[in-house]
Amino acid sequence: MLANLINGISLGSVYAIIALGYTMVYGIAKMLNFAHGDVIMVGGYVAFCSITYLGWPPVLAVLASVVVCTMLGILIEGLAYKPLRNATSLAVLITAIGVSYFLQNAALLIWTSNTKVFPNIFANLPSLKLGGTQVAPVTLITVFANIVIMIVLTLFTTKTKMGKAMRAVSEDKGAATLMGINVNRTISVTFAIGSGLAAIAGVLLCTAYPTLMPTTGAMPGIKAFTAAVFGGIGSIPGAMLGGILLGVIEIFGKAYISTQLSDAIVFAVLIIVLLVKPTGLLGHKVNEKV
Amino acid sequence: MDKIRNLKKSTKAAFLNYGIVLLFFIVVQILANGGHLTNSFKGQLIPIVSYVIMALALNLVVGISGELSLGHAGFMSVGAFSGVIASMTMAGSVGNGGLRLLIAIVIGALLAGLAGVIIGIPVLRLNGDYLAIVTLAFGEIIKNVMNCLYVGVDGAGLHMSFKDTASLNMAADGKVLINGPMGATGVTKLSTFTGGILLLLVVLIVIQNLVNSRTGRAIMAIRDNRIAAEASGVPITKHKLIAFVTSAAIAGAAGALYALNYSTIAPKKFDFNTSILILVFVVLGGIGNMTGSIIAAALLTVLPELLRKFADYRMLIYAIVLILVMIATNNEKVRVFMRGLGKKGKDAEVKEEAANE
Repeated sequence: MLANLINGISLGSVYAIIALGYTMVYGIAKMLNFAHGDVIMVGGYVAFCSITYLGWPPVLAVLASVVVCTMLGILIEGLAYKPLRNATSLAVLITAIGVSYFLQNAALLIWTSNTKVFPNIFANLPSLKLGGTQVAPVTLITVFANIVIMIVLTLFTTKTKMGKAMRAVSEDKGAATLMGINVNRTISVTFAIGSGLAAIAGVLLCTAYPTLMPTTGAMPGIKAFTAAVFGGIGSIPGAMLGGILLGVIEIFGKAYISTQLSDAIVFAVLIIVLLVKPTGLLGHKVNEKV
Repeated sequence: MDKIRNLKKSTKAAFLNYGIVLLFFIVVQILANGGHLTNSFKGQLIPIVSYVIMALALNLVVGISGELSLGHAGFMSVGAFSGVIASMTMAGSVGNGGLRLLIAIVIGALLAGLAGVIIGIPVLRLNGDYLAIVTLAFGEIIKNVMNCLYVGVDGAGLHMSFKDTASLNMAADGKVLINGPMGATGVTKLSTFTGGILLLLVVLIVIQNLVNSRTGRAIMAIRDNRIAAEASGVPITKHKLIAFVTSAAIAGAAGALYALNYSTIAPKKFDFNTSILILVFVVLGGIGNMTGSIIAAALLTVLPELLRKFADYRMLIYAIVLILVMIATNNEKVRVFMRGLGKKGKDAEVKEEAANE
């Protein structure tokens, strides 16, 4: 029971970190960035290569992965999404899918379809005993990283100038432009932060579930997107709450109901929540004015 | 001649679509009789027709009703497996393959339509991106449930289980029809190209008559302005549901046609990627444009085959082409540039498509 809860929170923390990227991008650019899951995969591969082939220490590998993904995020935004700033949301969605195909197939060409086994980067850290259950160091670090990211992001969006600009853009793009906020740069920074977080999530995910393939990011990406919607898309605490709840539901579903049906259970809970509260747990309802 | 000229614009467009389908059928028949078709292309004919039907079905929801559905492969899956079960259980009683195909398609369409009602009633209360994510969730649920579904048949009738083949409790002569993640195995291939084209024509008649009817106009009115339509006395949920369920039933028919073209079919074939693939057909063909859907679905199904000489790079090229086409057709600057060259934005897309070949 306790072990399942801990596993659920750990998996949920990974979902939460990914969901933050989804939710921030959606809040500001109003787009469903389906390529986000594949940025996670790239993050995983970069860390894998710098540890296995270059022999770098894990800390440096994580840093490299964050830097690469941040740059990748800015590059994707600038090349693919920026020209479509005023296009319909469906056009942007299809472009995001194109980017997702591109990243998956580029990864397929570079790293082939063979499964890579991700090294356990926290192997020499001691594990913790909690009420008779062993807690792996990766679990602790994931939860800890999640809390730190949450605090830093909250401070960033409430205290710094760029963070305030982000909130302003997400509230009203037109008014923000008139107030002298550089909307394009704000969106780029949002993508950079989201992709950097995706890199961290990628490393944590691959350490906990050590198989790495070009399609590794796809399913966690969809689940994290679900988590973001679950908590109310556009809301940072919502992404956190949604992610953790989703992780716990998934692990408990696997343990007590059915291993094969766990995904169906997760999505069924999402549907029920959305039917009761159509904007997610912590989302705000915007009334339509005529 | 005058009669043709005086036809309504929508009628002309409808006849254009029937013409395209018939032309495609005749050209394929002539080529096949002359022995000019490669085997790989022959194998693609039924998938092409199935995907064209899927694209038409999705276009009804995305283009005409204006709701984004990311789970249409789920309906295809329901149609596929119910069609397979129907055709296999009838193997003894109905001898004629064509009739069995027809019954399988009808049953596939009915069950997928039923799934459409069950999913549509809660889903259509939501709006925009939330609706999209719920359809995605339903698509994943259908895939997941199909992955755990075991169906068998014996003298006493159909047996179903969500555990394994042993728990089906069948008599000794029982036959497993659907085997969990392995899907349906040993399916008798019933689908024919002619059958597919006939189904496609029926689907076109249904969709085009629906779109150009009073109901169709009401559906489009809701798409263009929900509040204004509601104020004018158009029942919102009813009309959205009509479009959604019709689309689901058509997708089910396409699924049955698709599944009966293969001897084995696994549930994971109908996943999120398939839903997205069909959405790409619809968007590239032009949202709400049925002719565009037909051409885009047919071309893009063949495209990976045509790009075969690029081997590993073909999906990469596909991705780049997809992004470039979206930017070329949606970016204001590119449009202005094209107009400067004396061309309309639409020509650019046609050129891109031609360049793909």
